Amino acid sequence: MSDTAKKKNVRWVEEPELGFWESTFVPAIMQGLKTTLKHVLDGNPVTQQFPEVKPELPLHYRGVHRLNRDEKDRVKCVACMMCATACPARCITIEAQAAPPEWPDRDKFPKSFVLDELRCIYCGMCEEACPVDAIELTHIYDLTGESRSDLMYDREKLLGVFDRTKNDPRDPVRTGRGRLGPASEFVQLPAVGPATNVPTSDRSAKSEAAGVIRTTGREGQQ
Amino acid sequence: MPELLITIITIAVVVGAIPGVCNYLILLERKLSAWMQDRVGPNRVGPLGLLQPLADGVKLLLKEEVIPPHVDRILFLIAPGLSVFTALLAFAVVPFGPVGAEGAPSFLRFIIAPGIDIGLVFIFAVGSLAVYGVVLGGWASNNKYSALGALRASAQVVSYEIPLGMSVLGIALMSGTVNLEEIMQRQISGGFAAWNIWFQPLAALLFFTASLAEANRLPFDLAECEQELVGGWHTEYSALKWALFFLGEYTHMITISFLTSILFLGGWHLPGIAEPDSAYPLAWLVKLLVLMGKAFFFICVMIMLRWTIPRFRFDQLMELAWRVMIPLSLANLLMVMFVRHFELSNWWMLPGSGALFAAWGMISASLREAERRSRPGYVRRKKVDAHHDGHAAGHAAAH
Repeated sequence: MSDTAKKKNVRWVEEPELGFWESTFVPAIMQGLKTTLKHVLDGNPVTQQFPEVKPELPLHYRGVHRLNRDEKDRVKCVACMMCATACPARCITIEAQAAPPEWPDRDKFPKSFVLDELRCIYCGMCEEACPVDAIELTHIYDLTGESRSDLMYDREKLLGVFDRTKNDPRDPVRTGRGRLGPASEFVQLPAVGPATNVPTSDRSAKSEAAGVIRTTGREGQQ
Repeated sequence: MPELLITIITIAVVVGAIPGVCNYLILLERKLSAWMQDRVGPNRVGPLGLLQPLADGVKLLLKEEVIPPHVDRILFLIAPGLSVFTALLAFAVVPFGPVGAEGAPSFLRFIIAPGIDIGLVFIFAVGSLAVYGVVLGGWASNNKYSALGALRASAQVVSYEIPLGMSVLGIALMSGTVNLEEIMQRQISGGFAAWNIWFQPLAALLFFTASLAEANRLPFDLAECEQELVGGWHTEYSALKWALFFLGEYTHMITISFLTSILFLGGWHLPGIAEPDSAYPLAWLVKLLVLMGKAFFFICVMIMLRWTIPRFRFDQLMELAWRVMIPLSLANLLMVMFVRHFELSNWWMLPGSGALFAAWGMISASLREAERRSRPGYVRRKKVDAHHDGHAAGHAAAH
């Protein structure tokens, strides 16, 4: 860039000019005092008196987890490991067990389900990942415990959170209350829409290997 | 009642009351700052947080007193005491109530040392000793931040002593005395129109500003600015020694507020309510409350100023002292001398003060403009603007 071109692109910003009154300081100070005095006198603090006044949390607030129960009070979780896989903090540990024969709607259920509430970053990915709407985040924010092991929430504790919050209007069981989620009723898995559409002619779309992303109906079902 | 006993009672009352008052001033400061920032402020200890100062006091008493191994122990221990001692000593000649009021109980004298003819001089002499507490504390701490804070404090106090003293010299000339009781009495007997503020508004402004600097209050608290110097000179202090420094600072504030009220606002005089001939019962109490109310007003102003104005840079601080306040207070003094010498009416000083203030405003505005003009690139910038920015071109043409 030539020197003149540079100059053309330079926009000089001048500091605001100080006139007579600004040079004497006094009017500016009075103006400042007026502003501060207005705040002193309006008596309108924004402070919330926390232990006495509980905060109004937004409905999508992500607090302590719960494990939902289905209509027969069984744990909804089918131990598919989706949440544990999705979890960026790796705070979920699930041990699966084969479902008893009188539970025909699922193959597995969690023998143990331990969620480390201290390790969790409350991102809500487990909730997003869960195919049967079993794990959900509640509005409980004041989680306390006396030791680290106190905050390793196991299956019973997580179900207990469900029992405490299921009738709270702020924590509705979001979808499929009662039955397992739609994922348990699939006979055939639909094509999963990828984040980026792949044209049907693309090599990756024709691949037969598992885990291939196929295009959705937008470009025609295969 | 024997004079000695009255003196002892007064001293006991003052020395007992000042720490309590200082504690509550700190609460007031915290509350005002909280309200100003739309917060609530301390409200957990007692109703409305009114017992907070007690809790703070107990905390400061019970805290561990850390004396770091690298300090000069003797000076380190002397410094906080010196700070409080000088601040309290300065208060000795300040009349904090209607001195010699009729009807007041004889054991109430409202001044520790009555009839001190050098009152004002004594206050300045002792008040400037207060910086020794700061300097010794900072130096004895053997710590760079403390030393820097102490250096700043000494430079600042040395500079602001001059306008502080000179701004009240005008009053001394007008009243013909430096005895605080007499200065107050002159204004009171003259009525509302004899308040010194009418003749010395500029001096009042200068005095108040300089005394803010003397007390190391924001916007002049460069000696202890937390952002640059951790805590300044009191970085190494803890517990009660630290509290003593603040006791000294707040005592200084109280003294300044009383002085401003006495020197410029007619002491306990309030037209219609507290006149020298008001004879209703408990008139002395009303007079006392009037003076305290005036002082309280100035304390509130100081606190509000602290939370309103950002801190000066050190060169700006020095510039304000040497290039603005000292010449202005000198000019003000000359004006008083002129008026007194030619025996003009005192009322000439009111427009005179306004004229001085305006003159200085214009001088500093034009100096600033001259400085702008002398900057490299000033002319070229105008040319570029003329080509590309119509508004700026018009602006430039206006010069």
